[in-house]
Amino acid sequence: MKFNKVLKSLLIALPVLTLAACSSTSSTDQSDVDTSAQAPVQVETVAQGPSPAEMMRQKLEALRQENTIYFDFDKATIRPEFVDSLQAHGAFLTANPSVRVTVEGHSDERGTPEYNIALGERRAQAVVQFLQNVGVSAGQISTVSYGEEKPVDMSRTEAGFAKNRRAVLVY
Amino acid sequence: MAFVLSAQAKASLEIVITEGIDSARPIAILPFTFVGATLPSQRLDEIIAADLMRSGKFSPLASIKMPQRPPSSAQIDYAAWSREGVEAIVIGKITEIGIDRYTVSFELVDVLKGGNAANRQALNAGRLTPSNEHILDSRETTITGSQFRQYAHRISDIVYEKLTGERGAFLTKIAYVLVNRKLQFPYQLVVADYDGANEQVLLRSKEPLMSPNWSPDGTKLAYVTFEKRQSQIYIQDIYTGRRTMLSSTPGINGAPQWSPDGRTMAMVLSKDGNTEIYTMDIATKALTRITNHRAIDTEPSWSPDGKELLFSSERGGNPQLYSVNLLTGTTRRLTFEGEMNLAGSYTPDNNSIVMVNRTRGQYHIGKMDRQTRFLQVLTKTNLDESPSVAPNGSMIIYSTMHGSTQVLALVSMDGRFKARLPAVEGQVKSPAWSPFL
Repeated sequence: MKFNKVLKSLLIALPVLTLAACSSTSSTDQSDVDTSAQAPVQVETVAQGPSPAEMMRQKLEALRQENTIYFDFDKATIRPEFVDSLQAHGAFLTANPSVRVTVEGHSDERGTPEYNIALGERRAQAVVQFLQNVGVSAGQISTVSYGEEKPVDMSRTEAGFAKNRRAVLVY
Repeated sequence: MAFVLSAQAKASLEIVITEGIDSARPIAILPFTFVGATLPSQRLDEIIAADLMRSGKFSPLASIKMPQRPPSSAQIDYAAWSREGVEAIVIGKITEIGIDRYTVSFELVDVLKGGNAANRQALNAGRLTPSNEHILDSRETTITGSQFRQYAHRISDIVYEKLTGERGAFLTKIAYVLVNRKLQFPYQLVVADYDGANEQVLLRSKEPLMSPNWSPDGTKLAYVTFEKRQSQIYIQDIYTGRRTMLSSTPGINGAPQWSPDGRTMAMVLSKDGNTEIYTMDIATKALTRITNHRAIDTEPSWSPDGKELLFSSERGGNPQLYSVNLLTGTTRRLTFEGEMNLAGSYTPDNNSIVMVNRTRGQYHIGKMDRQTRFLQVLTKTNLDESPSVAPNGSMIIYSTMHGSTQVLALVSMDGRFKARLPAVEGQVKSPAWSPFL
């Protein structure tokens, strides 16, 4: 949409510029658009603000930067520091009911793979519950638990385990 | 460099004995005598010796320590072998009888009985027919060059059963998941002989694969795939490659476990809100819900008679093992020791339960006697999980950490013998030991 507008104004402006370049007597302070009295048309432009679609894209980009929340060992409780972030996701999803999100649940590598699938599912469900409580429709959200199968940190240290115990909102 | 890598890839399941060889029974596997023109590429004696050593029950004598190389049992110097402490000798012969056709014969000889028989014969001055009770077994068969490895495992099975009274499991296979994040398809479902030979990839995927489980007839695997960015349970025929989707409900589709009769699949679904255990009639896909609790219920495992399911549940606070009678629905808690007990399964003799035990934050493989409830921790390695018991109940294969790599390891049922199967490229996980094939 934005590209289209720029293109249109260029198509109008280009021939004028070409004419101006040919004329050896054109004054230097003349604007791109010829406003002299002899001109048959007058072109005006509108200051370009972001379109609604552009605003949504920017918002989504910002949310994607902050799409991971972390959990304590063997827990699926949402920690207070992630409430603001989840509220922002909730507000965005409520305002844009056509947008769908997948909540991925993950665990660290301790415990058995099957138990960790259940734990990851519980973490994903905790996020779903939060989003629904702030008004997001259930139809917008799906979940998948990867358990311990997709760690982001392979170090098997306490710090690594903490990074792997997470839920990720994927748009 | 490329050569080294390929050599390492081939050796990815070579076994390193880490503990317990001193408690094993001494035995000698003599190099088989060869009669013919073209030497076969596989050494039968080496494969048999490796099998018996890996079982943890036998310690094959190194060939340089062998006091003699008799061509048949009639030439055995029993006193010499006795001095080496050897209990039994495998002695054999390979005769090339045609193009790629070999006759293989072998004898399993009891050294103690052989010595006694030799003495009696001397006393009787050869007038009585010699006793053959020291020959525990002797067989002859004809095979092709490509069947050497398999026939060596067959001989190992016979030797193992004669000497222990327990059926050998050397002709079985293992299935496992290999994860190598450098590959285009990082997740692979692999089947190999129990000793890691003949590795074959059955499925390559860009998304995780989990929980392989063998059909009781050993022809199919059930497993979990995330190829559609959700968990689904599939069945795959290992010989034809045919895949059938079994379950794809919203949420978890996990932990498939074939019933002993092969008709029902136990599985874990979260479609009704919580993580619960269900059974599915494989032919009709009809589901029966087995558990109903808001706590996590997972990891179903069948009792050998198919009447009960063992499972892990958080209903008591921490995850512990429970059993449920499928007819009556009666549920009992089985484990009380340790912070957690997970991934339980009955041993084939039904006398014990093998599980992952967490004590003081450490995850190890444990075994609990069902009568006395005595729980024995079998392993000392790090982050042990996914125990799978050999069909003869002699060994457990499980996944563990070696350095920063997830590898497979073996532990004997008494915990005295341990071995590691090192993987060089990638992480090896979720081993599943096949039934007798």
